[in-house]
Amino acid sequence: MSEHQHGPRRGMSRWILTTNHKDIGTLYLWFSFAMFLIGGSFAMIIRAELFQPGLQLIQPEFFNQMTTMHGLIMVFGAIMPAFVGLANWLIPMMIGAPDMALPRMNNLSFWLLPFAFIVLLSSLFMEGGAPNFGWTFYAPLSTTYAPPSVTFFIFGVHVMGASSIMGAINIVATVMNMRAPGMGYMKMPMFVWTWLITAFLLIAVMPVLAGVVTMMLMDIHFGTSFFSAAGGGDPVLFQHIFWFFGHPEVYIIILPAFGVVSQIIPAFSRKPLFGYDSMVYATASIAILSFVVWAHHMYTVGMPLAGELFFMYATMLIAAPTGVKVFNWIATMYRGAITFETPMLFCIAFVFLFTVGGLSGIMLALASNDFQYHDSYFVVAHFHYTMVAGAIFSMSAAVYFWLPKWTGRMYNETLGKAHFWVSFVGFNLTFFPQHFVGLAGMPRRIPDYALQFADFNMISSCGAFLYGGAQLFFLYNVIHCIVAGKKTDKPRVWEGADGLEWTLPTPAPYHTFTAPPEIK
Amino acid sequence: MTDHHAEASETYYVPEQSRLAICLAVSVAIMVVGVANGINSINPKFVETASSYGWLVFFGGLALFLATLFAWFRVTIIEQQQGLNSRQLKHSYVLGMQWFIFSEVMFFVCFFGVLWYARNLSLPWLAGEGVGALTNEYLWRGFEYSWPMSSTPQEVVGISNQPIANNGQFSSPGATVDPWHLPLLNTLLLLTSSITIHVAHTALKANKRSLFNFWLALSLVLGFAFVAFQIVEYVEAYNELGLTLSSGIYGSTFFILTGFHGFHVCLGALMLAVQWLRSTTRGDFSAEEHFGFEASSWYWHFVDVVWLGLFLFVYIL
Amino acid sequence: MLLRARLLRLLVHSTVASVGSTAAVFAEEAQRWQTNLSPGVTAVGQKVYDLHMDILILCVVIAVLVFGVMLYALIAHRKSTGRKPAQFHENTKVEILWTAIPVVILVAMAFPATSTLIEVYDSSDAELDVMVTGYQWKWKYEYITPQGETVSFFSAMSTPQAEINNEQMKSEHYLLDVDEPLVIPVNTKVRLLITASDVIHSWWVPALSVKRDAIPGFINEAWTKPLKVGTYRGQCAELCGRDHGFMPIEVKVVEQGDYQLWLAAKQQEAGKLKSLMAQSFGLEEMVLRGEKIYNSSCMACHGGEGEGGLGKAIRGSTVATGDMEKHLRLVISGVPGTAMQAFGGQLNNLDLAAVVTYQRNAWGNNMGDSAQPIDVYKAKKEQ
Ligand code: HEA
Ligand code: HEA
Ligand code: CUA
Ligand SMILES: [Cu+2]
Repeated sequence: MSEHQHGPRRGMSRWILTTNHKDIGTLYLWFSFAMFLIGGSFAMIIRAELFQPGLQLIQPEFFNQMTTMHGLIMVFGAIMPAFVGLANWLIPMMIGAPDMALPRMNNLSFWLLPFAFIVLLSSLFMEGGAPNFGWTFYAPLSTTYAPPSVTFFIFGVHVMGASSIMGAINIVATVMNMRAPGMGYMKMPMFVWTWLITAFLLIAVMPVLAGVVTMMLMDIHFGTSFFSAAGGGDPVLFQHIFWFFGHPEVYIIILPAFGVVSQIIPAFSRKPLFGYDSMVYATASIAILSFVVWAHHMYTVGMPLAGELFFMYATMLIAAPTGVKVFNWIATMYRGAITFETPMLFCIAFVFLFTVGGLSGIMLALASNDFQYHDSYFVVAHFHYTMVAGAIFSMSAAVYFWLPKWTGRMYNETLGKAHFWVSFVGFNLTFFPQHFVGLAGMPRRIPDYALQFADFNMISSCGAFLYGGAQLFFLYNVIHCIVAGKKTDKPRVWEGADGLEWTLPTPAPYHTFTAPPEIK
Repeated sequence: MTDHHAEASETYYVPEQSRLAICLAVSVAIMVVGVANGINSINPKFVETASSYGWLVFFGGLALFLATLFAWFRVTIIEQQQGLNSRQLKHSYVLGMQWFIFSEVMFFVCFFGVLWYARNLSLPWLAGEGVGALTNEYLWRGFEYSWPMSSTPQEVVGISNQPIANNGQFSSPGATVDPWHLPLLNTLLLLTSSITIHVAHTALKANKRSLFNFWLALSLVLGFAFVAFQIVEYVEAYNELGLTLSSGIYGSTFFILTGFHGFHVCLGALMLAVQWLRSTTRGDFSAEEHFGFEASSWYWHFVDVVWLGLFLFVYIL
Repeated sequence: MLLRARLLRLLVHSTVASVGSTAAVFAEEAQRWQTNLSPGVTAVGQKVYDLHMDILILCVVIAVLVFGVMLYALIAHRKSTGRKPAQFHENTKVEILWTAIPVVILVAMAFPATSTLIEVYDSSDAELDVMVTGYQWKWKYEYITPQGETVSFFSAMSTPQAEINNEQMKSEHYLLDVDEPLVIPVNTKVRLLITASDVIHSWWVPALSVKRDAIPGFINEAWTKPLKVGTYRGQCAELCGRDHGFMPIEVKVVEQGDYQLWLAAKQQEAGKLKSLMAQSFGLEEMVLRGEKIYNSSCMACHGGEGEGGLGKAIRGSTVATGDMEKHLRLVISGVPGTAMQAFGGQLNNLDLAAVVTYQRNAWGNNMGDSAQPIDVYKAKKEQ
């Protein structure tokens, strides 16, 4: 090994040319944060327009673009890269490896992303506007009736998918191959386990997404009829393929979040994770089941009854392994010695709010009832409970939890708690009333609504601004911590924290383990 | 600590910074902007919004892409030969290749799924089976299911009477490719090439260099012959059979499956060609160390297996 | 389990209702501050509503139990109470138990869900068939009647743009009024054959307990049997482009007798229209008629002055100032692969002739010729 391997280079080239898992993790995290702000701003535009009935700020066409871009940016630009960033930072530290298995490819996976999203965002300035067909881009709205920017969207998705696949391959290779001697599979921290399974899901379904956008491209430009009945195809076929990708995708989003929570709750309960083995099996079951439930997004498309029943039963079944996880977390807290630092607060809120989202998921799973819920704001409420209170809350927890280890500085606890409480209140104010308007019959993806939905929408918009504002505390707190936080050099930053990463010095050295650590 | 420990600690390998990734990412970005403009510019609907330089930009990006890829593999090969690669890193490459092939499998699974859906669900429904009774009665009366399609639903009711507004023109394939001529030949070619590549591998493991070169070259020739025949088949399909991309769902599935397969054969052939050049001009590979070749040969076998699926489901059944 | 839930429902219901926030639960139309599904006016709707309440309460119970234990732990097992953490980390018995119990609950849920679903799917023995076709952005209703003229009409939102732009007080049924509602008889099983002509839409009327996607090129069946006379409203529920939010549905459920009267009148109207098809009309009359059609069908894309927009300009275009037959054909068949729809199936021959005539004689297009229904008939036949 040459000498200059020991510390980071200075200047821009450090970030652009890096092969270091920590640098790349940092890049991923900042990128996803930027995307979160952009996607969040789009949500603010949506909520501002929906503040009152009538069109006041934007035109319907632009509203559709905002909804679409909000969904796409949040899912593909904010959450997925955020967890890949965490994986990059933490997996090598957690399994006693020097770095990721394929470091140069790691850099490539990251650098493809900004370009993919610049292409996607630039479509806002193109003639005909940005994609306006929802993040689920159902054909033929996204084919025959799409704006010209759809071609850029398609290739953007290809690039982003290539990035995800490479990132996932890297993680699988790292976990399978780079564990320190003695680190058996059943000794890996839960976060590593959940990411191993997530990476498997990614490798399995991202190519399918690539396939479906390719067929769109063919239908738009080259005269094929995959999604047109006139030529023997079927618009619903698009939905089947999309959701074959899309449903596992929502577990791609939530499994790493489960992992994060499984690391943090034991730390602040000062008690080992309850039911490690069953956690692993539950995660694997969720992943496997996720391949056979996709059509629960399509109960109203007119599937034959037998299909409808099959997908309903399979979907309901997912509640069992997910329940195991929830119960295990609670059992971990039970008879612990709990303290309530910011990461723990976010994790408790996660367990609470994700379960609410999961239970509304169970209601949606019942096909007969979903005929009333489908494409209403009830669904919007459901998935923000799982994705914002699930993924984003756990992400916030993760940042607070590991930031001291990454930077050697403490964040401001008071500000962190403020971030939490404002988020918690704002979040519920935004999305709980959406259950009500949804049940009362308000469809989603509309820029204007009938008068009887006005009151709850106004509450929801106020909540959204509150929640959005709280994220600025977060931004400030992170930056403040990095540049001016109180220094700490305790390896074990948190009293109850357990795992290899806490045996490293604080801040973590540029190259994690130069020699394999000893595993108990 | 065990020996294994000590050994691993010596061999932890951390590569230096590298320009390769950023070059590749930039080239991909250039290609994407170029190809999207290029494709929009050949679509009459979008031509006004597209830059006419699209294809030029694309090919510029492609050149950079290929050059970077070349440099990238050069670097990995050099590292490997200088003995910089630990056992662990070598195993990472193995895993990387295996999971990459798995992702490719899923890519094809998607298109085979489409074929299955069209043949077993959407077409029978359009023809009035199962839940499609009313669909056929009111929208596509007279459409009957057959595979290959003797007429598209659109043709049966007439383009101006079809219930769907403005979505292109789909005519039935005039005729379809006879599986027992070119496709059978191609099956034999690819199967043989899979065998020859295996023989080459055996030769390499037995350290028989010239035999290895010969069998590898033979596999390559077979691969190129396959691609050539595939091109002949396409030309015939378009010029003589009237089987085109717009031949309804039959044409759509036929070309997307065979097209992507053909593209992957080309990739595989390129990989094998590189290995052959490495072996003949630089004397790379040893009986124990030949992962570049091995990975390419896995890929080749994978392409072969996909073809068997194609031959069965696209051509014969 | 479900019985218990039902009892609980009563309990929760009465308490919640007394707070007042679900006072609207039993009304047919959505109300201000409505927080819950409405059972609507069909037997199936009632069943779905009951199941919804059962499951909801079950979920609330699960939530209360789970969160109760969590809350207890959070309060009782704080570090600040000075306790030492226990170190247990598995217990196979409880783990099996809390896997098995949810499975049992899920199975219990699956039974009523299955039977309700089977009912939703049973569209047999319908007494009336109505074909519902979604267009960007309006609905077309076609009564499939065994005898007499076919009755078919479009139904588009009638809320004025000025209300939407906040230039005028919003009316009571803001965004939910249509120019011509669907009319169906009460106590009659009506089968809806739902499809679309361009993109996917979804026909949703909560009170009738129907939501079914309108897929271009396929027909989906749904059915309803309203038990109460009244007006019920809904909206398109699948993103279908710019005006997805402005594509309401209004259904008038009327007494059998009223329905028959209405149908007869409609059929007579249709018959009259048919006889018009054989006549020819003067230029002025056609232009006048055409202007209305233009404004409702073409203006959105081609602009109020034919200046173009989403679609090409018509003012001074080669089509509108060229061969009339070509012009007719373009309007009838549309341009495949573009937003220019085929209007041949949307407008009757008279209206097609009128709108083409208007386009050829408005905004400085001074062709002076007028198309007649018979020309349209011929042009359609030739294709
Ligand atoms: C992180 C993302 C995430 C997660 C984890 C989930 C989890 C679940 N989701 Fe959700 N879902 C989405 C994201 C997610 N979803 C999104 C984005 C959409 C909309 C997409 C779009 O259309 O744009 C959607 C839509 C959606 C639909 C389609 C609705 C419609 O459009 O009509 C359905 C229907 O079945 C559904 C069901 C479920 C179920 C059953 C779960 C289950 O996994 C939940 C399991 C968890 C629990 C049940 C709670 C804990 C369990 C216990 C405490 C045990 C005891 C419980 C019982 C016995 C019930 N989801
Ligand atoms: C993980 C994914 C994710 C996340 C985090 C969010 C976060 C938020 N979402 Fe979104 N959402 C989706 C995924 C997500 N969403 C998806 C997939 C859809 C479906 C799209 C579709 O239908 O196709 C959707 C749709 C959707 C809708 C329905 C739109 C429609 O149907 O037309 C709404 C409406 O309220 C909404 C609101 C919000 C809000 C208020 C937030 C907030 O949590 C955002 C908070 C963050 C910020 C605000 C950014 C930080 C702050 C600033 C930049 C400072 C500026 C702040 C102020 C001005 C106060 N989302
Ligand atoms: Cu029609 Cu939405
Ligand atoms: Cu799902």
